[in-house]
Parts: sequence; structure tokens; C-alpha cells
Amino acid sequence: MDIASLVLQFGSTAAFLLLSAVGLAVIFGMMGVVNLAHGELIMLGAYGTCLSYSHGLPLAAAMICGVGLATLAGMILEATIIRRLYGRPAESLVVTWAVGLIVSQGTLIILGPSLPSIPTPFGSFVLGTKSFSAYRIVLIAASVLSLLAVHFLLKRTRFGLHARATMQNPEIARAIGIDNAKIYRWTFALGSALAGVTGALYAPTMSIVPTMGGSFIVQAFVTVVTGGGNLLYGTLPAASGLGFIQTALTAAFGNLLGVLGLLAAVIVSAGVLPNGLAYYLSGKRVS
Amino acid sequence: MKRKAGMLADHCSGLPRWIQRVAISVAFIGNVAVAHAAEPIKIGLLEDETGILAQGGTPKIHGARLAVEEINAAGGVLGRKLDLIVYDAQSDNRRYQELARRLISNDKVDVLMGGLTSASRVALQPIAERAKVLYFYNNEYEGGVCDKNVVITGSSPDQYQAVVPWMIKNVGKKVYTIAADYNFGQTLGLWVKKLVKESGGTLVGEEYIPLSVSQFSQTISNIEAAKPDWVFTAMVGSNQVSYFQQASAAGLNLPMASPINGTLLYEHKQLPPPVMANMYLGVNYMEELKTPENAEFVKRWHAKFPKEPYINQPAVDSYIGVKLYAKAVEAAGTPEREAVINAIETKDICVDSPEGKLCFDKPTHHVSHPIHIMKVEKDHSVTTVADLGVMPPVWLHEKGCDLAKNPQSTQFTPN
Repeated sequence: MDIASLVLQFGSTAAFLLLSAVGLAVIFGMMGVVNLAHGELIMLGAYGTCLSYSHGLPLAAAMICGVGLATLAGMILEATIIRRLYGRPAESLVVTWAVGLIVSQGTLIILGPSLPSIPTPFGSFVLGTKSFSAYRIVLIAASVLSLLAVHFLLKRTRFGLHARATMQNPEIARAIGIDNAKIYRWTFALGSALAGVTGALYAPTMSIVPTMGGSFIVQAFVTVVTGGGNLLYGTLPAASGLGFIQTALTAAFGNLLGVLGLLAAVIVSAGVLPNGLAYYLSGKRVS
Repeated sequence: MKRKAGMLADHCSGLPRWIQRVAISVAFIGNVAVAHAAEPIKIGLLEDETGILAQGGTPKIHGARLAVEEINAAGGVLGRKLDLIVYDAQSDNRRYQELARRLISNDKVDVLMGGLTSASRVALQPIAERAKVLYFYNNEYEGGVCDKNVVITGSSPDQYQAVVPWMIKNVGKKVYTIAADYNFGQTLGLWVKKLVKESGGTLVGEEYIPLSVSQFSQTISNIEAAKPDWVFTAMVGSNQVSYFQQASAAGLNLPMASPINGTLLYEHKQLPPPVMANMYLGVNYMEELKTPENAEFVKRWHAKFPKEPYINQPAVDSYIGVKLYAKAVEAAGTPEREAVINAIETKDICVDSPEGKLCFDKPTHHVSHPIHIMKVEKDHSVTTVADLGVMPPVWLHEKGCDLAKNPQSTQFTPN
């Protein structure tokens, strides 16, 4: 098995973990909200893309529509339900799970069991004896770029500063004039938008069905739990580490052992590093 | 009873006591008989309207409904209407079990039908057997079931796996198998091994993939490394169907063969061309089949179900399942289980279907299907490349399955 192929396989696996997790890392990692409807936000991103594409929009524009749909859905969700559940993780778990079910089954009832798929763009290229989908490179690049973009947003912009302040200490943040409610609303919108990006990006590679959120939700949660609250020190190393383990095992033994190995690694890491990788990699609790 | 005697006695007053008693008894029995004759025959149906198998399950419900409607319009069975009671099993095997118990105890169905995956069949079979209710499984499957209480109207590998030797002869000798990791996929893998060996081919690799996997770049790399001539696929569920698009995008471009990828979730209709190009399907039915009966059937179907994108193979298995059951009940003279089973095992029970004329294979409770090899072209149109004629389930005969002489509840596997 040649190195180039393995590197690309690793990149694909890690990108999938990273893109599944990045939206949830913002919502769960930063805000502590357990959003079990995260998979459905991803699904709405894919559905928005697919519906726009089938109405004639070029793919890039269709993807923007998909992101828009997921963001809108997230903002409605936050305004009606999530707002009342800050600081109540058990309730937010149950309520968001219910919302997820309503959204996925509602989509099934309204739009039927599937939508026609979008052709994967950019064709394939050959490396040595193997050929690869060029779109995979796009996905790998997009995963890194979205992570860097969110990191930049949180560290270098005024909004990011206010958001981090609110997450660290809401009372003092309010005391110096930061509107907590507004910060929560826009952070949740950011997380939803990122989920929409994931759905939009993966739409041309998957069957478009109302339950497709389920393909991402486990990956999202295990990566966020393993990584901890911080994107650069948590989510990225978690996705890389778990991706490495899954790639190696799948290449040697097939998908079943790859998936089992991933989950075993998550269990071990939750036991050994209960606060997530970010806590240990950054030397202190960062947000 | 005394009251009734009194009422009748008013009408029959003046007649001798014994005649009054006879009249009452006849009226009572007559009422029961009339009530029974007017009572519909209840078919309990469990299929997946929601969940990951919804796309495959919904047409099956439609097939059963269409059959019931046609039978009732023609006068019903033994003068009684068919009543189809349908519950959504949500692609969840625990639901299948709960709802089967409800159909049997609450709705008191005369026959239980349904299930898409073999896992669901295996979940339902013991419940039906314990409750002494006949169970019809209307789906293609991995073969080998020889069970007194089970009737299978879908095709089995000794019928549709004819595609494997055909591919080895016409496409190439080196085969790679990818299949869903549960009883169906695993058994199909065993069949591929058996037929590849018998046809002088080589199995260069195989992988059984968990149903939750949706990203296949590594699977594709593994296949490329093994350099097969063609790939045998048995991918089940919307997650696994993503394989085809990803393989095509990666430029894999190998011919493929399958009994289900094209027939169950109609991948060639929902994936953009040329993703499914060079997929060869071993089938008893596809919507694109060119028989006169099918042309008419497809028109009827789309008129009744205008929103349905495609008539998949299990939809027709479901349709013929209901029709064959009706014929068996008629032949038996009663929906009572033992009599129906006896009719299937001893009488010639045949129906007209979009596949042509179909009959039960008496000793095995299966159906002898005409088998075709169909090919998906670059534009996703489908052509018939070979007609293999009507194939009874001969492998089960070889295994000694004769349910009239030797009632049993087993499943044979090739190894």
C-alpha cells in the first residue's frame, strides 16, 4: 500500500471527523449545549444544496443556499427552544433529540424518502497506480480552512473576543456591556452555519435521505468529546488522532475494525483524558 | 338464550317444542355462518415506511395494496374481501417484533407478511411460528430457508446468483466482494465464493462493511490494490449506497454485479449517470423488464401511485405474495393455516404477474421465477443481456428440502 494513497485516505477520514465536529465544537464545546439535532442541521445543509441545485443553481451557489437554510433553522431553534435551556444539559439533550426526530421525519413526510443525488464535481486524478476523486482534496482543504476561519473569528475579531468573554464569565461580560443573549444567538448561528457547510460539502458524495444526519452525529460527538472545548488545541488534534487510528485499522483490516478501533480510542481517551485533549495540549483550560 | 327462545317462540308459537329448538339452532348457526362469510380475510403487513430502509419499503406496501385492491375488485377470496392491515416498522427490528405481536393478538390477522432485511425476517419468524400464524416473506434474500411456517416469494441465490458465473465467463475471472455486514451480506459472500470456485474464477478480496459506514475512500483504495476484473456488490441502506457515487468519482470504473444494487433502492434512478454504468443485475423483476404483462402493470402502478419514482423488485414480490396467498386460500377452501400450507405443498398454485406466469415450488414454499441478467448503461437506461428462463430453487431440492414429507425449520448456507 503506497504512502500517497495512505496519506490521502488519512486526510479524507480526518476531514470527515473534523467537518462533522466543527459546528458542534462551537455549540457544545463553547456553549455547553448538547445539541442532538446537529445531524439534522447538517442534513438541512445538504437538502438546501440539493434542492437549489435541482432548480438550476450552479453548485457553489446551491451550497451557499444550503448553508443559509441550516443557519436559518439553527437560529429559529435557538430563539424558540435552546434559549430556555442554557445551563440545563439534561433537558437540552432530550429536547434537541426530539427536535432532531421531528425535523428528519418531517422532511421524510414532506419531501419523500430521498432526493436525486448531485454529481461529484472535479472528476478524478491518478497517483501512481491508484486513482482518486479530486473532490476529496477539496474536502480536506475545506476542513482545514473552516477550522482556521472559525479560529480566526474567535481570536482576532471583536465578536470573537466578546464571545469568549461571555463563555468564560457571563456576569462580568454583561457588567462591561456585552449583551449575553445576542452573543449566544450569534454563536449558535455560527455553529449551525458550520453544520450547514458540512452538509453542503458532503452532499455531492452521499445519498440524500432525511436520516443522513445520523452518518455524522457519532463522529461529531466523539471528536468533540475527545478534543474538548477548544478548536485548535482540541478538535483538530482529536480529528487527526482518531482519523489516524481509523485509517490505519481500515487499511489493514477493513471498515469494521476501523470503526471499532475509533470507538475504542474514544473510550480510552475519555478515561485517560476526561477534560479532552485541549486541556492537556494547551497547558491550561482555554476556551 | 332464554330471551332469544322467547322471541322466536312468539313467531313459532303453535309449533311443537322440538321444532322450535331446531329453528333456534339453525338461526343461530346461520347467523354465525353469515357473519363469518362477510368477515374479511385479514392480512397483516409490516414494512418500513420510515427509517433508513424507507425507500425500499414504501413500494412494497404499495404493491400489497394494489394486489388487495385488484383481488377485492374481482370479488375477493371465497366470497370474502381481503383486509390489509399495515404498520410501519420504521426500519427497526424491535418494532417488527412488537408490531407482529400486535397484529397477531389485537388485529387477529390470518396471515403475517413483510420484512425487508433478512434480519427482520429472522426476528419475525419465531413469533409467527409460536402464534401458529403463517408468515410470508416477500423479498429477495440470501437463500436456504426451509421452514414449514414460512413462505418466500422473493428470489434466492440459486436463482439470481446466475449472474456470477455469467460475469466470470463474459467479463473476467477476478472478483472482489463488498457486502453489508449482516446475515444477508455474509451469506451472499459465501455464495460468491462457491460460484467463483465452481466457474474457475478467483476471489481476490472481500470486505463486509457495517451498515453505518458512509465514507468509502479506503474501501475504494483496497479494491484498487487488489486489481479485480469486476466487483460483486451487496450494499444495503442509504449509507452504503453512497459507495457507488464515491467509487465513480474516484475513477474506479470497474464493471459490477449485484442482485440488489439497482433493484432494491433503484440506485440508477437516484444517482447521476454514469455512476451505475456497467452494473449487471441478476433479477426476477425490474421495472425495465420487457414483457407485455409488465408494460401494462407499470402503467397501472404509476396511475395509482403517481409520486412513486420507481417500482423496485421487492414491490413486485409483495404484489405477487398477496396474489399467491389469495390463490392458496382459494385452493384450500379456507384461510386456516394448515389447509393453506397443505394447498401450497400439493396443489398447482399459479398467478399471472408482471414477470409472467409464476407458480409455487411445492416442496420448498418458494416461487419458481424467470431470471434475467440486466445491464445498466452509461445513461442509466437498462437493457436485458440474458434471459435464463424459469428457475426453480434447485439448490434447496439438492439440500433435501421437502416440507410435505419432512417438515422443519432450518436455513441452509453454502460452505
